[in-house]
Order: sequence, then C-alpha cells, then structure tokens
Amino acid sequence: MSSKALKQSTGLRTASSGFIVIWLILAAFPFFWTLWGSFKVELDFFSKADWTNALYGARTIAETGSAFTGGGYEGAWVQEEFWRAVLNTAMVCFFVVITSLTIGTLGAYALSRSSHNYVFWLLITALIFRAMPPITLVSGYLLPFFEWNLWGILPTSIIVLVAINQPFTLWMLHSFFQKIPKELDESAKVDGCTQFQAFRHVIIPVMWPGVITTGLFSFLLAYNDFAVTSMLLSKENQTMVPKIASFLGTTQTEGNVMFAVASVVSATVPLFILVMFFQRQIVSGLTAGAVKG
Amino acid sequence: MKHKTFFWFFLPTALAMLLFIAAPIVSVVVQSLFTPHDQVFVEVENCGPFGCTMETMIDTAATEQLKAERPLGKFSGLDIYLDRGHLALVEVKTAWATRDGLAGFFKTLGNLPFYRAMAFTLTYTFTVTPLLIILGFMVALGVNSLHRRLKGVVIFFSLLPMIVPPLIGSLILFWMIDSRGIIGSALQVLFANPDLSLKASTGLTWVMLIVYGVWHAAPFAFVVFYAGLQTLPQDTLESAMIDGASRWQQTKYVIIPHLMPLVTFVALIQLMDNFRVFEPIVGFNAEAHATSLSWIVFNDLGGETRLLSSAATTSVLTILGVAILLSPVLVRTWRDFNRKV
Repeated sequence: MSSKALKQSTGLRTASSGFIVIWLILAAFPFFWTLWGSFKVELDFFSKADWTNALYGARTIAETGSAFTGGGYEGAWVQEEFWRAVLNTAMVCFFVVITSLTIGTLGAYALSRSSHNYVFWLLITALIFRAMPPITLVSGYLLPFFEWNLWGILPTSIIVLVAINQPFTLWMLHSFFQKIPKELDESAKVDGCTQFQAFRHVIIPVMWPGVITTGLFSFLLAYNDFAVTSMLLSKENQTMVPKIASFLGTTQTEGNVMFAVASVVSATVPLFILVMFFQRQIVSGLTAGAVKG
Repeated sequence: MKHKTFFWFFLPTALAMLLFIAAPIVSVVVQSLFTPHDQVFVEVENCGPFGCTMETMIDTAATEQLKAERPLGKFSGLDIYLDRGHLALVEVKTAWATRDGLAGFFKTLGNLPFYRAMAFTLTYTFTVTPLLIILGFMVALGVNSLHRRLKGVVIFFSLLPMIVPPLIGSLILFWMIDSRGIIGSALQVLFANPDLSLKASTGLTWVMLIVYGVWHAAPFAFVVFYAGLQTLPQDTLESAMIDGASRWQQTKYVIIPHLMPLVTFVALIQLMDNFRVFEPIVGFNAEAHATSLSWIVFNDLGGETRLLSSAATTSVLTILGVAILLSPVLVRTWRDFNRKV
C-alpha cells in the first residue's frame, strides 16, 4: 500500500485478517491433524469416546506405552512394502519429467519460432487434447496393451503419462519461449548457425527458468496421477497413489486404516518440501497461462 | 522457420500425442461399436447306461478361435449407446409415457446409471466452479492487503490443498468427517444428533464432495487472481477514490473489471477439470450416493470382468460432453484468430 488514502479502515482490516486466518485453518489444519494422528493408534485417530484422545493419545499410551507410535508407518512401509511404491513413483516421475521436457522444449520452441498457419491449429488441437479426461483414454489403451503384452509395466505408464502431459507442457513452454526475444536466435542464424545450433547454443542457456517451472508441473502430474497408473500398472509395479487406494480395499476391513493414514502422510511430505523450495516457480507457472489470456 | 525444420523439431511430441491421445480416441470410438462375442454352444449327445440325452455345452475351442480372429468382438452399431447402462432409450421412453409429473419423470431417470452420473457431474461442475472463483477472489483480496512478510507464508499454506493428489486430499478430509473423526463428531455435537453421519445421506454426500471440490481448487483461482491484483493500475484506483468511490464501488468498478479476463480463464480451466471429477468419489467412498461419468468408466474397466465396450461407450459420451463444454472457447479462439488475419 503506497499511499495513505489506500489504507484500509480498522474494521475492514480486522475482517479481512480474520477471513485469511479462517482460510489458513481450512487449508492447512487437515494436513497437520492427519500428520499428528498418523502417530496414534486407530482407536485414537477415530475416537468415538472423546475427541481429545486424538490429541493426547490415551489409547495409544494404553496400547504401546508411549503417546506416539510408529506402528502405522511400520505396517505400511515394512509389512505392506510401501517402499516399493515409493521407488516406482520416483522412477515414473523422473522419466516422465525428463522425457516430456526433452520433447516438449523442442516442440514448443518450434511452435514459438514459426509463424505459419498450422501453429494455431496445433495449439488448438493441444488444447482439445488437454481437455480429454485421462480415464477415457485409458479405455482405449487397454485392449491394444493386452494384445501386445505391454500392460502392467512401468515404461508403458511413463510414455502414456508423457503423452498426456504434452499438451500442457507445449502451451506452457510456448508462452515462455515467446518471451525470449526472437533476435537472439536470428542473429545466431545470421552468423551461420543452423536452426538447431541456434537452439543449442543460444536458447538452451537462457531457457532454464521456464523449463524448471514446466518440469515442476510435469512432476506433479505424474506424482498425482491415479486414473492412468491404477489401470495400467500391475500390482507389484504400483505407484504410491494407487497403492494407497488399494490399502483402502484390503486393510480397512482388517482395522488397519492406520497403514493408509501413514502412507498418505509419507506421500504428502515430499510435496510439502517441493512447495517450500519452489513456491515462486509454482505461482509463476500457474499464472503464466493466465496472464496471456 | 522452414517447414522442414519445424517438422523435425515437432516430430517427437507430435508422435507421442498421435499415438497416445489421438489413436486411443479412435480406438475408443471403434470399441464402443462392438460387443464381446457370445459363447459358441454345441449340442452334444451324452450317452450313459440310462439312454442318451442331448446336452448344450460351451465350445471353448470355437469361442477362443472366434476371439482370436476378431478381438474386437461383433459389430453392434449403436446398440450399446442405447442400452440400459448408457442412454437407455427404451427406459426413458417408458418413463416419459408413464410419467407422474415432471418430478416423477426425473426421479425415474435418476435410477438409470448414466443419468444418475450425469446429474452429479453437472451439479458438481456448475456449483464448484462459481464457488471456487468467489472464494479464490476473496482470499486474493485478503492476502493482497497483508503485510509483505506474511504473504509468502500464507501463499505456502494456501497452495497445499491444490498440490496434493486429489485422492490423498479427499482421504484426509474423509477421515476427518468420519462420524468418529474430529469434524464428524463436532457436527454431531453442533446439531445435537449423535447418529448424524455425512456418509449416510445422498444430499450430505453431495455437499461433502462439493466442499472438497472448492477446497481443492480455490488455491488455483486465488493464485491467478492474486497475480492479477499485482498488475492492477493504481492510477485508475486512485482516480476512482478521488471521485468519491467507496471501497465496495472500487472493487466493483475497478478491481473486478480488471480481473474479468482471468475469471474467464479460471472458469474455463475449472469447468474442464471439474467435469472429469473422479478421485474424490473413490476417496470419499461415495459411489452409493454419487457417481460421475469418469467413475463409471473406471468402474467398468476395473474388477474381474473388464467391460471394455461399455467403458468405451461411456468414454465417447464423456468426450462429447467435454466437447460441448469446450465449444464456446473454441468458437471464441477461432473468431480472435480470424480477426487477426
């Protein structure tokens, strides 16, 4: 607020601060509650008798002797082999990000440096593809993947996620590349570079901010996906999110819902750290598409 | 850039999209026109000590051969589109003919799986989208007037609901609103009803899913609007103030018009995304009360018998729905493009 006239009255200021506090509680409290509860036993996390049990862990003390227990984590990571899902997720995310950025930068660079009519149509097609719900595409994959024995393995899911990710990557990188002045690579071409050499020596060194932001969103897409990975991966190749969903089917009846709680917390922690370090990039990425309209 | 250079730069991404987005769409359309083969039956004479009987048996070899020859199944035209699981033409006609007022007609319609899913999907899409825009706008205004140091922290926590996988987000809320969870028991105390369970009633389940949808997507709207507020022309705002505009009038006549293009953008993205609502239904275990088109596809594909044709048909209908939602954008982009040329 630069000028004094723009200052808010005290009443308005209190109301707006109060509203933000309520919003913060709505947004963040569920995560802290679940984190805290994941170190309790099920009868505390779901307490019929007294809700403060979930805070102080009365049953947890009675059952394990301490107010905190790692039972949920042990059950999920050791007994149910959640670490396998973590490794699978890491592999899927790594390869999805690398591949989709590689082919995405090439494609988006070409789109941003060409002024032919078909560029418009390609971007529109990408927009239409972006609107397709992934699950509708999955029903098209299953039959051929069964026929050709491609079902259930990680590479298949990786390439599918890369493809589903392309439209978004193209749009985002396209708008980043348009901000890089055309004169840069044109002068390189005047000096005798081919288009690829111009890209390699002039554009690649300056494109990293945009690429990192786009990479974050590719990572989130691969990390968060449920529709594709739950349908295309066999049980032993499952990534985290479908694995958590499968806990609900099998372990809820056995009373081991805490496994699911613990693995939900385990899967959320990396995202916390990611947002902490890359908050600015995420915000700029979300607005990149919007500012252009 | 020359056509040839463009082609080589664009080839990898074009191939990926052609093979894994365009081809599956074609495959889904084709698949939706075929049904699985019937089993081949053979009449076998079974002779025992008490005379001979004729038995009908499944000819496994012939069935397998038929499957191997034509893996798609037999052609059925639009039959699957019109069967009970999808558009249910016969049932709708009967319901219309024997209707008991318009409300009764819609009630019968609500028992058919496709229309039931459609009802929830549309209600969800068209309630969540405006609500999240309003909430996002209010949060953006609030955060914008905060102290500079606080803004970063608030943005960090505001991003969380959006960044977590939808399935995980909905599970976290689901456990809290469980009748033994903290919100669930708080509501029981609040309404003095110890048997209150959000999971048991259809209406409350819908409310729950819609609340989740707003919670999940409001951060996106907030971030976009917040970025828009940073580019707000201060001169316009100040001249409005000099002209005697109250704070409410400033918001209405300066801030909102400035943000209008962003509102359109958020609305379009969110209409597309909310139309595919799927994970919350799995996370909230809500399929008894609310189903969506995507959920039907998922349900058909999973399980012991994979109902590929049925899933394909629902997929095609979903794609048509997306196309209808998207058409205003496409028409607008087309007009803009023509104006430029």
